[in-house]
Amino acid sequence: MSGDGQGRRHWFDDEAGPVVRPYAMTRGRTTSAAQHRLDLIALVVTEQHAEDPEADHTLSPEHVDIVELCRDVPQSVAELAAGLDLPVGVVRVLIGDLVDDEMVHVTRPVPPAELPDESILRDVISGLRAL
Amino acid sequence: MIFGRSERGKPPVEPVTLKILVAGGFGVGKTTLVGAVSEIRPLRTEELLTEAGRPIDDISGVEGKHTTTVAMDFGRITLREDLVLYLFGTPGQDRFWFLWDELATGALGAVVLADTRRLEDCFAAVDYFERRSIPFVVGVNCFEDTARYPAEAVRQALDLDPGVPVVLCDARDRESVKEVLIRVVQHAMAHAAAAREAVTT
Ligand SMILES: Nc1nc2c(ncn2[C@@H]2O[C@H](COP(=O)(O)OP(=O)(O)OP(=O)(O)O)[C@@H](O)[C@H]2O)c(=O)[nH]1
Ligand SMILES: [Mg+2]
Repeated sequence: MSGDGQGRRHWFDDEAGPVVRPYAMTRGRTTSAAQHRLDLIALVVTEQHAEDPEADHTLSPEHVDIVELCRDVPQSVAELAAGLDLPVGVVRVLIGDLVDDEMVHVTRPVPPAELPDESILRDVISGLRAL
Repeated sequence: MIFGRSERGKPPVEPVTLKILVAGGFGVGKTTLVGAVSEIRPLRTEELLTEAGRPIDDISGVEGKHTTTVAMDFGRITLREDLVLYLFGTPGQDRFWFLWDELATGALGAVVLADTRRLEDCFAAVDYFERRSIPFVVGVNCFEDTARYPAEAVRQALDLDPGVPVVLCDARDRESVKEVLIRVVQHAMAHAAAAREAVTT
């Protein structure tokens, strides 16, 4: 292993995975305006006007990835985290930045503690039957 | 890709999303169940959690193992262009319990998978959903080499409320898993109806 690879490995913990790097990406921030509202199944949708995120130099490559990934097809927070191979908390912060910049918006899942209405549940049942 | 590509310039459909949790003891078949019905290979998402009382952004503490990663598997079922169900397989180990609150928030309901050879492994999950009034069904995963317990024996052993469905299932079998999920949704509907009743009387 090269010295460099070895050096970085220090920051990894077999069980905990990379610890420093993702949070370095969010500049140590672990909270953001949007973060607390973001359920794992909240969907991120790129705004129509967000045409050239790469031109925005305040955005990291990971921000740009999210904008591109959610352009044609909304993606859930969980899917983004899995797809970008980042912890959910980090993805939430990145999404929060993009919401603040009005590059994306987030759909609200059914509010916690409120069950979706009965007609949706019926649709889920018939959808499952039809699978 | 997933929900059907939108035509250029047309905003994409924003589906309603719902989630069902799949809980149970270590190695009971949670990921297998998710994979049996998911349209995607179960994905893995991770969260870094800070051990109690330690600020997560205390970089100096990294060597001291102050964070831990909790991983959960999830799958997706697109029921309609505008209706998508996610299944989350919760981590099996007890020490990750504190994550569950976030996972459970807003869940439609849950499946508690049980293995009759070690029923006690799912006690914790049963307790958890009971205490939070999250509707759940118990899926008894029938591994071939185990004697088939009647559902009633499982119900008694777990001391379940009479209303909680107990379903024998095979986590590898798509039809069987579909049936379990349908029971969850039906139970959630009954649960919601009962809750409404309680409010109006
Ligand atoms: N014979 C049989 N094997 C099963 C069944 N369900 C799961 N298995 C096997 O049991 C093992 C564990 O299944 P998983 O789906 O990984 O269990 P899990 O609950 O996700 O495990 P953890 O996430 O580690 O807690 C795998 O080797 C599966 O192939 C079943 O219904 N019958
Ligand atoms: Mg698993």
